[in-house]
This record gives sequence, C-alpha cells and structure tokens, in this order.
Amino acid sequence: MDFGFIFSSAAGELISPTTAAYALAALGLAVHFGYSGLLNFGQAGFMAVGAYGFAISTLTFKVPFFVGLLIAIICSVAFAFILGIPTLRLRADYLAIVTIASAEILRYIVTTNQLTGLTGSANGLAAFEGDFFVMNPFPPGTYLGMNNRDFFIRVVGWGLVVVCCILVWLLMRSPWGRVLKGIREDENAVRSLGKNVYSYKMQALMIGGVLGALSGMIFTLPRGAVQPSNYGTELTFFLWTCLLLGGMATVLGPVIGAMIFWVVLSLTQSILYGLIESGAVTWLTTVQAGQLRYILVGVALMLLMIFRPQGVFGNKKELAFA
Amino acid sequence: MGLQKAMGALFAVLLAALLAAPAAQADTPSPSPAPEQFQNSISGFLRDDTRAPIPGVKITATGNGFEGSATSGANGAWSIGVPVQGAYEVKLDTSTLPNGIKLAEGQENPRKVTFSQTSNLSVIFAFGKGIVVTQQDFGQNLLNRLVAGLSFGLLLALAAVGLSLIFGTTGLTNFAHGEMVTLGAVLVFTFNAMNLPFWLAIVLALLGGGLFGYVQDAGLWRPLRRRGTSLVPMMIVSIGLALAIRYVIQFFFGGATQQLPYAQSSEIQIGPVSISPNNLWSLVISAVVIALIGIVLLKTRLGKATRAVADNPALAAASGIDVDSVIRIVWIVGGMLASLGGILWAYYRPGVTFDMGSQILLLIFAGVTLGGLGTVFGALIGSIVVGIFVELTTVFGLAADLKYVGALFIMIVVLLFRPQGILGRRERVG
Repeated sequence: MDFGFIFSSAAGELISPTTAAYALAALGLAVHFGYSGLLNFGQAGFMAVGAYGFAISTLTFKVPFFVGLLIAIICSVAFAFILGIPTLRLRADYLAIVTIASAEILRYIVTTNQLTGLTGSANGLAAFEGDFFVMNPFPPGTYLGMNNRDFFIRVVGWGLVVVCCILVWLLMRSPWGRVLKGIREDENAVRSLGKNVYSYKMQALMIGGVLGALSGMIFTLPRGAVQPSNYGTELTFFLWTCLLLGGMATVLGPVIGAMIFWVVLSLTQSILYGLIESGAVTWLTTVQAGQLRYILVGVALMLLMIFRPQGVFGNKKELAFA
Repeated sequence: MGLQKAMGALFAVLLAALLAAPAAQADTPSPSPAPEQFQNSISGFLRDDTRAPIPGVKITATGNGFEGSATSGANGAWSIGVPVQGAYEVKLDTSTLPNGIKLAEGQENPRKVTFSQTSNLSVIFAFGKGIVVTQQDFGQNLLNRLVAGLSFGLLLALAAVGLSLIFGTTGLTNFAHGEMVTLGAVLVFTFNAMNLPFWLAIVLALLGGGLFGYVQDAGLWRPLRRRGTSLVPMMIVSIGLALAIRYVIQFFFGGATQQLPYAQSSEIQIGPVSISPNNLWSLVISAVVIALIGIVLLKTRLGKATRAVADNPALAAASGIDVDSVIRIVWIVGGMLASLGGILWAYYRPGVTFDMGSQILLLIFAGVTLGGLGTVFGALIGSIVVGIFVELTTVFGLAADLKYVGALFIMIVVLLFRPQGILGRRERVG
C-alpha cells in the first residue's frame, strides 16, 4: 500500500471544494438546528435550489454570473418562506417531515421528463460554469500542486466559508442571535417577552437556507454539472453527520465536522482499497468497500447522538434538546 | 392471546394465497438474468399467445448516449442494464423471431419508453394473431387505477399502522421503518434463493421482520428510553440506523433489482376491472390483516392496553399495565407488518432492491401524518388516500414520474389547514 498517496489524498479532501460545500451547508444547519432548534431535514433541497437556480438562470435565461448568484439566493429565500409558512407553528417532528418531503418534491420535479428542456431531467445540466472561471485572476500555472482552475475554486469556496462563519458568529452574538437562542431554549418564554417568535424562526430558516444555496453552488461549480441524484435525502443525512460531529451550536463545529467527515471517508476508502488490491482482504469487493463506508457513517451518526450529542467542540449546555 | 390469534390468521391467509398460486409456474423460478454493472434495467418476458416462452430474440435499447442489447433466455426473460434512468428506445429485432411468430397488431416497434421512479422498467411485447392492445377509455382507466390505488394504499397502510403504533406508544418518529419494509422482501428473496419452499420463505421473512423489531427495541430503543433520551435525538439515531441498515442490505444483496417468484402475471378481468392477480392478492391479504389488527386493538385486552399506553404511558403504568411489554409487542407486530408490506411492495413495483423501502418511506409518513400522528385508524385512512391519490394523479394527466409529488404535496397542504390530520385529536401540536 502506498501510504504517501493515501495520506495525500486524505489531505486533499481537507481543502476540496466539496468539503467547503458540506461545511457551508452544515453551517446553515447549525443556524437552523443548533441555534434556533428548527429540525430541517431538507437541506439537500436548499442546495438543489441554489445549484439549479444558478444553472437554469445561466443556461436558459443567459444572465451574467452575479445575476445568476442573486437569483439562486432569492430562490432559496422564497423556498424557505414557502416551507416556513405551514410548518414553523407546528411541532418539531412535523417540520422535519415537511422539510424532507419538500426536498424530495423538488428532486422529483427537477427529475421529471416533462421539464427536460429546463432541468435536463435525470441527466441534469452542464456547462454553466464558464462565466465563473472567466473571472479567475490566477494565470495558468501550478499553485500548491493544483492548476489555476482548481486553485481558484478552492480559494472562492473556502473564502466563502470564512466570510459566512464570521457573519454567523457576529449574528449569533448580536441581540438578534440571543433571541434566537432564547427561542431554542423556551419558545413561550420569548413569546411572553413580546417577541414575534414566528418571524425570528422564519428569518433563521431563510439565513440557513441561503447558506445551503451557496453551498449548492460551490458543490456544483467545480463539477460543471448538476444532477438530481446528488440531492437526495442521503445528502441531508451526511450534512447532519457533519454538523453533529463538529458540534451543533458552534460556528467552527460544522466546518471541522465536514473536514473530519471527508478525511475519514477518504482514509477508510483508500485503506480498504489498498488492502483489497494487495490481497490482504479477500472477503470484500471494491464495490462493497464503498458501501462499508456508508455503513460506518450510519453507525457513527448513531453513536455520536447517543454518546456525545454535543459533538467534538460543542458545549453540552447549548443543545437544542434536553 | 389476541395477538397469537391474529398471527395464526395471518399465516392462514398467506397459506391460502400460496396454495392458490397457479401450479403451472411450479418450475423453480430462477432470478432473472441480472445486469451486473448497472443499477437500472429495462426488462421483460417474451411469451407467445399460448404463453410459451420465446427464447433467442434480440432486443436493443438506445438512449442517453448508451446502447445495450440482450437476448431472451430459455424462459423468455430478457434484461438490459442501463446506466441512468430516462427515456430509451427499445427495439425488438423481428428477424430473430422464430418462424410463425409475429408481433401482435398495434405493437409499436421500436418504441419509446421512460423510467418513472423505479430502477427496473418492464416492457411487454405481445405476440400472436388475435391479440390487439386496445386503448382503454377514461372511465375504465379510472376504475382500474382506483383499484390499483386501493391495493397500493393498503400495502402502505400495513407499514403505516406499525409506524403509527410505534409513534403512539413511544413517541419515536422512526426513519428506519423503510428498511424494515425492505428487509421483508429481501428475506423472502434470500430464503427462496436457498431453495426453501415459497410459503416457508414468506413465513420466515415475517418471523425475521418480527425478530428485527424485537431486537431493535431490546438492543437500542429501550436502553435509550431508560436513559431518558428525548425524542429529537432518538429521531436522529433512527436516521443513522436507517443509513446503516440500508447499506448493510446493499452490502450483502447488491445494487441490482431481483424478482420474487411469480412476479410476472398477466391481468385478469373481474367484472369491469382488470387487475393483476398479484395486486388482487395483495389487496385481499392486506385488507384482512388490517381488519384483524383493528379487531385486536378494539376488542382484546392487549389492544386496549396498547391504546391506553398510546394515550398516556404514565397513567397506563399506574393502572397496572406492563408498558414495556406492550411496547415490545408493538415493535414485534410493527416489524412483521412492515415485512408483509415489503413483500407486497416487491410484487407491486415489481422487484426487490436494497432501497425499495426508503423509496416509500415518505409516502408512509404522508399516510401517517394525513391520518393524524399516532392514530392507528387515521394511518389506515391516510395511507389509502395516499395510495389512491398516487395512482389517480396519472389518470388526470400528471406525468408518471411525478406521481409521488401529488401525495407529498397533499400532506403539506393538510398540515397547513388541519395539522392534527384527518382523525387526530384537536389538541395543540404547535
């Protein structure tokens, strides 16, 4: 086994754009669940809104990059609004079921053959990232072992993660954020202080949703393609695993959680593949090794929730549930 | 006691179903030639007008930048693995047909086909002289879909009633219920592949489902309840469990679609309705089982105890009901019902895959929420509404690949106007 390769590919996952996308989406979940107590199981839907909102406005309406970005953000705010109206007054488990159902509805709609002209149905859309890479300020060359294109997307992705983290941190230590945490702890107490709980929850849902939409764009830009099968319920569950790994009511938790998630996935995959190729493991095929990783994710999610619900960085007092 | 009676009756019904299965198909049903590398497949059986299989016919599928072909086997089965779902053109090479056999009149060849949600797409070519596929009129179609929807709704209800009982007695929203559905079908396939008789495979699968329910409760949920874990963490634990079980099943079962024995059947005509015998059996079996569950809940001591626990666990415990044992029985029954639902779902789709349960998990949730969380009869009514709605939307012009959207959308709309569901009590859920 080539340990040099195994560790370098694991280190590559540490700063890959996908990890940045997961970090952003998990940060959105932290705003939803960690700070406001909203059980959003439809974060994949918000990511799909961002990715498709941008791709469709670029391809069908031929708008420039920043207009597409704006449209994606507006779409995610609208999606949060539509989701929030019926559910924010309901119990937490209802919100969970409705958000997961809405994300699936969205996925069915972008998959249907009726809208192939607009969404590309199951094949998805491609070749919408041109405007983005035209803005690349780095001339062709090698930067830290990457070409200028890979380097640019990483700089943008992680730059966005840093900016969003700072924004969330500032928001959560503001009076607005304290009201939000109050809602998480005791909704009725905050209501009795004369605060409009419904409106605060809606704002939190929108902010987390916008983070999800941005993450959807970062997820899809380096691939240059968006496919509906990437935005299933499992994506949401992986994001929850990232969030719970790091700590749900922290700013850096989701980011570190996403990094741990991808590094562990990469390490287990390369080590298992290495063992299979070297013949040390014969009872496993490479396809099964891939599935074994997802079994690990599921078990990790269960164990985390049972034994360390506050995650790596979290504070047990700041849990959205008693 | 009532439970045992119900179980006995359940097995009796299943046995009756099996004995009635046509003896003509007694040859060992081998799994259809599964495509190795792709998860999606287009498949079918070629049979002439006397229902004899037609081997050695070449069929090609093209579309989405892919071209694949297959030749029908000795039992007339053919299957083409395709990389992605979407629209394909399927062409039967008429020059490879045996002498004297022609495609029936009105059979399009080549024809365009489109996947809708399932990973396997059946394409039927009709052969012979007299067979003409007539276009159904609207009323006929409506009636057929209504019956199919009822059949689908009742099989959803089997899983939904279990989910609702578990929710009612423990408060847990169990995301792993879809995997309990998958397990039933996978177990039947496994036991059947081990050459056990079909009836024994079904009985063992149901027992396996019950055992799985028991093990889940004893090994995971009861300890968590003892620790006083609150409901939201338990819900997230159930998500982790669902992921883990789904991929454990895929680990052993693989990603391909497999067929249970007797999965192929032609439609029969009963009065004005044409329905496949499998759907009819599914409808009868699930209706009888649900009726039995209803009787047990309403008439027996165990049923009364279950409803008391669902109503108020503390009060039930204070009046001498063994809450833990009631919950244990609810898990066992819930596991068996989910298994039965999974077996019927494998015939309804048709096909067994590792993610077949998670595909209908949201529809089960929709049924439970529509009826009112925690109410058993609500879950029944909600599931039937969902099943019929899913089937009827295609009659009224909604594309087949959007048919689940309607049901999920209805659930959201109902929550907007009547959050407690159709039969839920009007307490505050906000």
